[in-house]
Amino acid sequence: MVNIIKSRGDRSLRDLVDLEKGTVAREIYVNEEIYQQELEQIYTRAWLFIGHESQVPNPGDFVMSRMGEEEVLLVRDRKNKLHVFLNTCRHRGMKVCRYDDGNTLLFTCPFHGWSYDTDGALVGVPHHKAAFHEELIKADWGLHEVPQMANYFGSIWATWDPKAPSFLDYMGVFAPTIQWCFQSTDGEDNGVELFNPATKWRIPTNWKFPGFSFDGDSAHAAMTHRSVNVAAIGPQGDMEGGSRAGMKAPFPKTSYEMMIPELGHGGHNYMFEQPGVSDYADTWQTEPKEVDEYYRETRAKKQEKYKDVYLHAGDGGTALIWPNVNIQPQRILIWHPHGVGMTESWRQYPVDKNAPKVVKDAQRRYMMRYGGPTGVTESDDMENWNYAFPASLGTVAQRLPYNFQMGLGHDFKDDRLPGMTFNYRIAEENQRARLRRWLEFMEAGSWDDLYPVNPKKNTDK
Amino acid sequence: MTTNATDAAIERLLFEREIEKFLYREAELLDDRRYNDWIELIAEDIHYHMPVRRNVKFGEQHRENSDSESEISWFDEGKRTLAGRVRQINTGLHWAEEPFSRVRHLITNIQVGDLDGDEVPVRSNFYCWSNRLRDEVNVFVGTRQDVLRRDPETGFKIAKRLILLDQNVLLSKVITTFF
Ligand code: FES
Ligand SMILES: [Fe+2]
Repeated sequence: MVNIIKSRGDRSLRDLVDLEKGTVAREIYVNEEIYQQELEQIYTRAWLFIGHESQVPNPGDFVMSRMGEEEVLLVRDRKNKLHVFLNTCRHRGMKVCRYDDGNTLLFTCPFHGWSYDTDGALVGVPHHKAAFHEELIKADWGLHEVPQMANYFGSIWATWDPKAPSFLDYMGVFAPTIQWCFQSTDGEDNGVELFNPATKWRIPTNWKFPGFSFDGDSAHAAMTHRSVNVAAIGPQGDMEGGSRAGMKAPFPKTSYEMMIPELGHGGHNYMFEQPGVSDYADTWQTEPKEVDEYYRETRAKKQEKYKDVYLHAGDGGTALIWPNVNIQPQRILIWHPHGVGMTESWRQYPVDKNAPKVVKDAQRRYMMRYGGPTGVTESDDMENWNYAFPASLGTVAQRLPYNFQMGLGHDFKDDRLPGMTFNYRIAEENQRARLRRWLEFMEAGSWDDLYPVNPKKNTDK
Repeated sequence: MTTNATDAAIERLLFEREIEKFLYREAELLDDRRYNDWIELIAEDIHYHMPVRRNVKFGEQHRENSDSESEISWFDEGKRTLAGRVRQINTGLHWAEEPFSRVRHLITNIQVGDLDGDEVPVRSNFYCWSNRLRDEVNVFVGTRQDVLRRDPETGFKIAKRLILLDQNVLLSKVITTFF
């Protein structure tokens, strides 16, 4: 096992992930040393989702977030500038903040009392004169800040790697997808805010089970979510058994898996056969009629705005951004690594910031009963992700590879969306794209090996 | 004590006993997986609310529990959704509860308030043990603030239930039981 790590240079990880055959050794999901290597090679390099500016609207506001296993603070300083800091005191490492969110003038460490301004500067050190003889150079001991942060249409992202490519280069042709996901339903940029608080829960499994398969795994829905259909509790429409599918207005569109294998991003998106946005489908029947009216009107505005544009998201589309986040118009799913066999899942829900309360309430209640550990739909996902892990741990089990062959070799391109690769809507192309990027991150010595991307090099085995 | 005072005290004791029995009976129905009978104890207009618990600064305890008016909670729903959850468990296809977990609700610290019309506020603590498949254990501890309403058929119905689960990050992958 140790060999796999030590011989990183001689491509032995490549023996575990065979993208040509579509087979993957279970080891990469269960091996402790590979996991430690992931924290180093992936989580200190990749652009990670931090939160949204609406979580910290005022100077001094902060909210706890996370990058990989480590806590970070998203802070709006007193001059209105956003920062992302590692939540650790530079003296002896204590957490400088132990609140989930709030507003503060200073982060004062509860251990020995060093205090930091909201811009991260170390401003107070007890006994600075008597004990440090004023020799401590405070400017060198501020909170550790990410070297790169991006505010992309209100969404906040960061990377620990100063050499990582820019946020836009990292996202490639998926950048507009993210932009659309943070639009209000009428198609206006920066149109959403997040409901508070984020929900957080632990799933005893490796982060890649949910992280790679969520929404890259259309094949699971019919079986995993059978009880939702049998009990007729489809949550969007009628808890008593209404189905939305039959009410959808016809619009020439086809659902595909779409991805950029070279960057590891993917999604489960619509390719419209004509420009524009599909018609509004009757829904929200169990809510006051203002809700339906609101979404009908905003959809009409969006249709007008985008009538000449080919969209591939923003109308039910999703963006699976490498490595661990899935951005959708109404929910954001983050799968933080928390040990090789544990995932801490975070969930946040965007909503049109200018929507009336009755609309916000309807959407909030829908999200609460649908998703997460208490949602009627997703609770069954947790069971599957959970128990795939222990069932992959065994000595014999580890001799058997996972099968990622669905749709292998059936990917194609479409001129209308250059840069994207497509596959049938039920495929494992997204997951293969992630595995491919996984391999590259795990092998790469630096960002020079990862970007700019040379597709030839990546497929060359 | 005068006879009148004694009578009143006995009446009060019997009333409290009646409420305790109701809560124990409710827990038994859940633990025996008699969800169809349990849902009968739920009033049509129930507000069933389990907020998310925040870590907040001293003096900001009013923000500790997520607000049902504008924020995200673990559960924040009425009977229609609860009944849907019961139907889901009863399909036998709800993988997170198939096979059934072994669930035990220990209900303690019952404190009965004063009857107001036909409604009475009742507080209780719960220790809920859930053991699943071979060795999965989930423990939920917290307190409940109920409003119970007199009912000719079931004794009481649960008209309101605020559930404060004593966890910040939920340490279980799902919650598929009721409290
Ligand atoms: S650890 Fe923070 S002041 Fe010492
Ligand atoms: Fe699912």
